Amino acid sequence: MHEVASPTRTTPASVPCAASDVTKTRARRGRGRGWGRRSNAPAALRLSAALAAVLVLLPLAWTVWQGVSYGWDNAVELLVRPLVGELLWHTVQIVVGATVASAVIGTAAAWFVERTQLPGHRIWGVLVVVPLAIPAFISSFAWVSLSLSLQDYAGALLVITSAYYPLIYLPVAAALRGMDPALEESARTLGCGPWQCFLRVILPQLRPALLGGMLLVALGVLAEFGAFTLLRFRTFTTEIYAEYRASFDGAGASLLACVLIVLCLLCLAAEFKVRGGARYDRLDRGTRRNVTRYGLGWARWPVLAGLTALVVATLVVPLGMIVYWLTQSASAAVSPADASFDLLLDATVNSLELGAAGALLTTLLALPLGFLLARHPGRFAHLLERTVFLAQGIPGIVIALAIVSLAIRALEPLYQTTALLVISYSILFLPLAMVSVRAALLQAQPRLEDAARALGLNWIQVAWRVVLPLAGPGLGAAAAMVFTSIVTELTTTLLLAPIGTKTLATQVWVDTSTLAFAAAAPYAALLALISLTSTWLLMSLLGKSAVLGARAAGREIEGVR
Amino acid sequence: MTELTVAGLSKAFAQHPVLQQVDLTVPAGSLTAILGPSGSGKTTLLRLLCGFERADAGSIRIGGRLVSGDGVHVPPEQREIGYVPQEGGLFPHLSVADNITFGLARRLRKQHYRVPELLELVGLPASYAGRPPQELSGGQQQRVSLARALAPAPALVLLDEPFSALDAALRVETRQAVARALEAAGATAVLVTHDQAEALSMGQQVAVLWQGQVAQVASPATLYRAPASPELGTFVGEAVLLDGIARGHIVSCALGELALAPGMPQGAVRVLLRPEQLRLGDAGPVRARVLDVTYYGHDASVSLALLDTVDAPRLNARVPGYASPIPGAELALAVAGDVIAFAR
Repeated sequence: MHEVASPTRTTPASVPCAASDVTKTRARRGRGRGWGRRSNAPAALRLSAALAAVLVLLPLAWTVWQGVSYGWDNAVELLVRPLVGELLWHTVQIVVGATVASAVIGTAAAWFVERTQLPGHRIWGVLVVVPLAIPAFISSFAWVSLSLSLQDYAGALLVITSAYYPLIYLPVAAALRGMDPALEESARTLGCGPWQCFLRVILPQLRPALLGGMLLVALGVLAEFGAFTLLRFRTFTTEIYAEYRASFDGAGASLLACVLIVLCLLCLAAEFKVRGGARYDRLDRGTRRNVTRYGLGWARWPVLAGLTALVVATLVVPLGMIVYWLTQSASAAVSPADASFDLLLDATVNSLELGAAGALLTTLLALPLGFLLARHPGRFAHLLERTVFLAQGIPGIVIALAIVSLAIRALEPLYQTTALLVISYSILFLPLAMVSVRAALLQAQPRLEDAARALGLNWIQVAWRVVLPLAGPGLGAAAAMVFTSIVTELTTTLLLAPIGTKTLATQVWVDTSTLAFAAAAPYAALLALISLTSTWLLMSLLGKSAVLGARAAGREIEGVR
Repeated sequence: MTELTVAGLSKAFAQHPVLQQVDLTVPAGSLTAILGPSGSGKTTLLRLLCGFERADAGSIRIGGRLVSGDGVHVPPEQREIGYVPQEGGLFPHLSVADNITFGLARRLRKQHYRVPELLELVGLPASYAGRPPQELSGGQQQRVSLARALAPAPALVLLDEPFSALDAALRVETRQAVARALEAAGATAVLVTHDQAEALSMGQQVAVLWQGQVAQVASPATLYRAPASPELGTFVGEAVLLDGIARGHIVSCALGELALAPGMPQGAVRVLLRPEQLRLGDAGPVRARVLDVTYYGHDASVSLALLDTVDAPRLNARVPGYASPIPGAELALAVAGDVIAFAR
């Protein structure tokens, strides 16, 4: 007397696998596997796509190989030291601290912005995500220049949390927006008060978004380098850099990098599990009412105060300190040093040139991979995709170090060249570009091409009149996002920029390291300006979600729409 | 004994009145369908009954207890009601059994209290208890949702268009299963719907909500046979409306002299009859030409133009499928049963 959900099968043999078919389809959904085409990609396409994936995997493989080649005894001797224990303790401390703090702040902010009658919730909704466009080492500069006592754990926790909590806010806010109000209403009629309703109905449904966001934060914190250096908080990344400066191509740095890689891979594996597993498909299909917003009553004042404090800490202080130091004479800083206009111009031009070259190369490298994923999804394309995502979990400092070491050992002529720096950027940001490029190419569906061919266009005309108009904006967006990321990138630039090449990011770092805050201010101001305006431009052109989703570490965040 | 009493209930959203002075009583153990076109305020009425919204004026009593009115607003969780939302609203993170026991005390939740019994009540096999709701079809989800609402033994069950998202075949089957389960549980229920067939077939009593007011409360047969106004008549089902003159128990109109139901107004009236009352024959004084036939198999809708009349009104007849005529044919019309009339 119950309905049969699956269509009737003719052969009895196929009946038992009906259930597993359903699960398989669910697992595959959303992976761009469409139109039922088999993988019959041209060899050249497969080859160039594989090339990009191999390029991305190269630094990781090199680091691991180097670490292994030192031998077990040497490795134990180098790793079982009080220093490594201390680093591990620091790293775990800051990762756990920042992740938990981000989870609490991000979830609370998302709840108040999305689900309460908070005065001005639209404006708050924008203000709480802006910190994502301010690199952590820029806010470190601001906080350090405010007070040198804001160093070590407390300072690091403050700066890192303000930079990373939007990674929790975004998916959680999206999940709250997409939640069916009927669920809460049902729970209420079943005897749950508002608080019980939050614990038993809302929180469990936020779990995938929350856990996914927390792991993104953990990965980000593990990879963070600039902010920790400026705040003098020692973690694996800062120590790897220190070892590199001391011995250049020594075993120590490689082995520490291997430990860091293991930590990152653990996070990455957990993230895959969260994303693949606990996905609570929405049960309803039709249109729904908008979610209900709860009245806050007197509680609106403490909530407003809290959000104001958050915006002051994450935006007003960093941007305010930059402006403050812009107006100060050099002597007001601990180290009196002035910014020269020529240096500023030089650094800006370098940053923009590197950004443009990197964006072009990265997008070009991502094109075959994106095309393969969009048009010939299959085992091979999926393997390449996984490879690229795997490499994305590896911190920039590890990648940069591996490239330096590789260049010294095997590619001597490339060492200390701009070309190598640009290639490194491509390796670093290929995952970011790949997501956008694939999405862009999915816009130009093959059936549209088929329709155009049937209307008498040859393939050049199809490319010009159909594919380009449809995929063009997405490709541009991919390039623009890579550009912004490169301009605000510090670690790789620091390690791989040819001697004498100064960029905005490296100048902020150098001047802040020497406590010459007034000298660092113009570079920091320009960087913040470029990052904020390009994010804003992209956002208004492509919609908020596309940009923020990609900026949030360049992966598809579950539920960001 | 009455389970639900609504008196003078009003609600406005941003100065726009949605419900005005609604009165309704629902006897214990019965199912009342609230029927209304979209925008009639039926969903708002249901949300007021649940306590999701606050009424501007009027009162609601559930089982004799005042839950809304006179400055009282009992929150939904304390009203002891069962609520079945439009698409089931099952918690996606909980199994079928955990969904059903959601509203029970922790101790009862742990022992899956009455889960097999409730599953059987709504017509699902007991083996479904461990399944995630994602693996159920829409109709099955609705049944689990009903079981969840019935589990805490509520005084009143409220159903918000529970079958609207289901396809036609599933709808009928689920409707029957739900009606059976409600009856077996002895529950008092209020069902909100815009589907006439659903209201007529499920409700022991149907209340028509029209522009924020209760236009008529009656049994399904009375509502269909004797609607309170011509507009209600055409809303509740397809109708033929003709002008006529009523004298005593007879009304004369374009279809000749017809038998009038008792207690109807006299003089110039508007006559209402149902398309299935029209009988097509070969010989008779009233002649018509078949304009168009929409054939459904079991029956057919026939569009007709009356001949030999001044303004040649068009009307629809519903005939059994085997007796469906051919377009262009000329035939005779007769009317079976009483017709009703409204003063003009």
